[in-house]
Amino acid sequence: MSDALLSVRDLRISYGFREVVHGVSFDVHPGEVVAVVGESGSGKSTTAHAVVGLLSGAGRVDSGSVLFEGDELVGLGERAWRSVRGARIGLVPQDPTLSLNPVQRIGEQVAEVVRIHGLAKGAAARRRAVELLTAAGLPDAAVRAEQYPTELSGGMRQRVLLAIGLAAGPRLLVADEPTSALDVTVQRQVLDHLESLTRDTGTAVLFITHDLAVAADRASRVVVMSQGEVVEVGTARQVLTAPEHAYTQSLLAAAPSLHSARIRAVPRERTAPPAPRSPGPLVQVRSLVKEFPLPGRGNVQTAVSDVSFDVGRGETVGLVGESGSGKTTTARLVLGLERPTSGQVLVDGVETTGLRGAAWRDLRRRAQLVYQNPYASLDPRIAVGETIAEPLRAFGIGDRASRRKKAASLLDQVRLPADALERRPAELSGGQRQRVAIARALALEPELVVCDEPVSALDVSVQAQILELLVQLQADHGLSYLFISHDLAVIRQISDTVGVMRRGELVEFAPARDVFAHPQHEYTVELLEAIPGRRALEVVE
Amino acid sequence: MTGYVTRRLGQAVVVLWAAYTVTFVVLYLLPSDPVEIMLAGGQGGEQSTVDPAQVAALRHEYGLDEPLPVQYVHALWRTLHLDFGRSIQNGAPVTSLIGDALPQTAVLAASALAVALVLGVGIAFLSTWVRRSWVRTLLLALPPLGVSLPTFWVGLLLVQVFSFRIPVFPALGNQGFATLVLPSVTLAVPVSASIAQVLARGLRTALAEPYVETARAKGASRARVHLRHAFRNATIPALTIVGVIVGNLLAGAVVVETVFSRVGIGRLTVTAVNGQDIPLVQGLVLLAAAVFVATNLVVDLLYPVVDPRIRVVGVPRRPRAVTRTLVGSAS
Amino acid sequence: MSTGVSRGAPEDVLDVLDIGERYREAARGPAQPRRGLPTWARRPDLLLAGAVVLMVLAWAAFPTLFTSQSPVDGVPADRLQGPSAAHLFGTDHLGRDLFSRVVHGARLTLQATVLAVLIGLVVGTLTGLVSGFVRGVVDDVLMRTMDVLLSIPALLLSMALITALGFGTVKVAIAVGIGTVANFARVMRSEVLKVSSAVYVEAARASGVRTTGVLFRHVLPNAAGPVLSLSALEFGVAVLAVSALSFLGFGAPPPAPEWGSLVAGGRDYLATSWWLTTLPGVVVAAVVLSANRIARALERGTA
Repeated sequence: MSDALLSVRDLRISYGFREVVHGVSFDVHPGEVVAVVGESGSGKSTTAHAVVGLLSGAGRVDSGSVLFEGDELVGLGERAWRSVRGARIGLVPQDPTLSLNPVQRIGEQVAEVVRIHGLAKGAAARRRAVELLTAAGLPDAAVRAEQYPTELSGGMRQRVLLAIGLAAGPRLLVADEPTSALDVTVQRQVLDHLESLTRDTGTAVLFITHDLAVAADRASRVVVMSQGEVVEVGTARQVLTAPEHAYTQSLLAAAPSLHSARIRAVPRERTAPPAPRSPGPLVQVRSLVKEFPLPGRGNVQTAVSDVSFDVGRGETVGLVGESGSGKTTTARLVLGLERPTSGQVLVDGVETTGLRGAAWRDLRRRAQLVYQNPYASLDPRIAVGETIAEPLRAFGIGDRASRRKKAASLLDQVRLPADALERRPAELSGGQRQRVAIARALALEPELVVCDEPVSALDVSVQAQILELLVQLQADHGLSYLFISHDLAVIRQISDTVGVMRRGELVEFAPARDVFAHPQHEYTVELLEAIPGRRALEVVE
Repeated sequence: MTGYVTRRLGQAVVVLWAAYTVTFVVLYLLPSDPVEIMLAGGQGGEQSTVDPAQVAALRHEYGLDEPLPVQYVHALWRTLHLDFGRSIQNGAPVTSLIGDALPQTAVLAASALAVALVLGVGIAFLSTWVRRSWVRTLLLALPPLGVSLPTFWVGLLLVQVFSFRIPVFPALGNQGFATLVLPSVTLAVPVSASIAQVLARGLRTALAEPYVETARAKGASRARVHLRHAFRNATIPALTIVGVIVGNLLAGAVVVETVFSRVGIGRLTVTAVNGQDIPLVQGLVLLAAAVFVATNLVVDLLYPVVDPRIRVVGVPRRPRAVTRTLVGSAS
Repeated sequence: MSTGVSRGAPEDVLDVLDIGERYREAARGPAQPRRGLPTWARRPDLLLAGAVVLMVLAWAAFPTLFTSQSPVDGVPADRLQGPSAAHLFGTDHLGRDLFSRVVHGARLTLQATVLAVLIGLVVGTLTGLVSGFVRGVVDDVLMRTMDVLLSIPALLLSMALITALGFGTVKVAIAVGIGTVANFARVMRSEVLKVSSAVYVEAARASGVRTTGVLFRHVLPNAAGPVLSLSALEFGVAVLAVSALSFLGFGAPPPAPEWGSLVAGGRDYLATSWWLTTLPGVVVAAVVLSANRIARALERGTA
């Protein structure tokens, strides 16, 4: 423990009567960036909060020690903590939208740290706040300081939080998933800034993340946590190239950004010969435009602007873009859930835009949807079996018993146990729910399934399983997918053809291999560069 | 900003007009014959001997012999000039009856509000500040209790204890400060409970928000976290019930003034309903609606001051979706 | 922890306001129902609240099971006696047993209460349902009307109605019931809107379920919880309102016992016979408190 800045030893933390962190130990040396990586429930965030003495609610440290610059932090009184927090250990919290006080000006929130620790007063504190904001990379900091959080974008807010965390010049900065809610390109900028700021001041960083690739990019050492225990500690290179623990290996195998291969289906005998196919693509999208009215006279927001592409039979088209790119709206237009302002969608050569009533319902038999959030897309009151059978019921297919049988077989196809039929969504995990949603989408044996960010609410290991399932189902049923994601790495794993969207426009549309090997549009290049893990992989290669 | 103000003003006027229409429908159209009710007066309309000439005269005086739309327009026109007609019971103009009683009720409502604010804010604040869990539980049990106690009963209990057992305060009347104490406390019980409920919930919500964690991570003290960060945010949802509270004060005054035999709007209302004094009842109900509407107008105009999000976005959310019962009622 | 839901950043949300709202709401996920012991076993106070409400309902239904004494005929010799084994709640100035009057009073008071809540429930939820499901102009007109009803304090609105309708238990019930319509309408409407915009409802539509199917299978069952909770809450509020109006003398004419008029009847004996006002009031308070407790439990159970 000689030269460690922070030394965590055998730390045990519980919520109520349940221990969630079981004896965790690691060190952070001065000026070093240490990443703690794990999936949800691994205890990484709890550990980080214990280091700043901010365990929520019923959480408490049972035993163990947290030594910081030689001082024991476990058992510190509230008053003593106050001189540690902010001044000696800074925190950058997870959620930039909720972590700033909505009714206080930005500058004041930064100046507060300086004031609390007696570093400056009055106008001097305000000036210091502007300096800090500038240093954190906030453009027009003097103007922004007078604004409220709602007036800033997510990336800007995260910079403000960065400025707050570093305002009193702490020796250690705890960054708890600081960029997980941001777009990849913004994430990269914010992390670059965090890196240069802490390097200049020699501040050590304890970096909490679920993303092994981000960790490998940014940290010199990586601590891998699983179910409340540290399973592996090593340099970033060592963890990436020679993971020792089986969990780290599986995490590495699942991390989409560290792999470039497309997932392939297990070849198996088809139960039925493939249906004779009519020639031509399944879906043709022609000059699609969608405008949404904005408050105020005559203002419109163009969500989708002149988008055209095809989805071939049995093919997966991946649409990628950041928030506001219009990819979800495009998907909803293809399904007929929104009406386009202009343009056409043809399914099997037949126009489907503007369909109503019975014709619209008929389209449902051919094109189905899997939503992003499996917690919201299932009715909490209805048992899984009924949810899956609901489309059949709606179209009057079969009787009760046969629908039940079909539901059971669909459950089997998405690899859920048969007893899940009687369960309610709340009794299932996120990954299991998404399987249920997929089963429902398949009930009517559609030709096209639109997947709207189907894995982005899930842990990486679960993500990989769902992606594999989708690929296998596609091979078994000859499905076409329109796959929407913000994550280029996920898109790479599943798509045959990739479309890149930005601000409502389709800026690039080409076979997946070409997009990744020879991106044509500068924005695609930017997106590719922002995929975490590149730096780490370069080091490895 | 001016657009926001004019829109809110316009809405207020429309609600008032609609409230007038509702009272007109209820009081003049619902009864088979308002004039007979007026003449029969009292005790649910026992039939007394009615002089046909008197009926005709009264019918003419209220314009009830004219077609309905004409009646309505005439009545609305008079109301616009603050002329609500004359009381059936004693012939005095409704406006002057209300004018005479209003100051007494205003004093009662104001002092009750002051007591309620101190109690309500105090309970809410302590329930999140105190660390001992049994004290918290106790404090949090008070507001549900407060909204459940019948106001008339609380008043009588206070009289029993503080006027008869330990004679500290007079049991009735409106002479001086001493007679104001028990009625104000009585009226303040349900109102403070409403304030405490909404504010405590707001504080709990605010204290669980990530920005509070940010503040604590800055090294801020508990007092700073509570006062600077949580309290300001918690007052925003609490603003939504200000209108309801003022309405409750008026409704509560009906009961409290009866219990303590005080002169005021509340007692006037009871007498008016007892005598089925339709013009007076209409005037009183409209007064209540006007007070409610005016209060909400002020609150709406205060929102942008308190909550910068409204100022920035410019599209105020309609925050008044708090049901009356959520915060109890002062009956 | 919680990298789970917030991580994936509901991406396209910010581009389209309405969809965005939906996803942001959805991202929070529904509340997880707690498992283990049934609610009532973990909450003895809730059990007590249920017992209180059941008891007064039983009083109203079968008063003679609980007391053998007459609520209207007194024994003048026994007048103004304090609580005792013979007279649990004491006697009034005519020598009538107060406990018997409270038990029998439950009938009139609770009749009025139940009627009032039913009026509010039926009229209000139908209004809210139509408003939330049909939307458009219908919604605007109905909801502005409810706004107007809400702008008049409930007790004053009831008193105005009583002026027009006249006195008596049923009329008081109608007056109180109309005062609660707006609350039911608003809650029902907001639930219908909330559920209709839930992702699982769109998912059902997208799987081809017809509008009526969506309404009966998804919207109504999911909206029922909050309405049920509101009903319990309004039950307590209606007991208070009915009692207050009866206290003011607008209820059943004497000698019929009502809880409010019982308290009012004791006013003249405040200095000497405390039980006459105190005990009937305790019953009212206990019932209202219990109804509130049940309402809160329902709210939590279904939210």
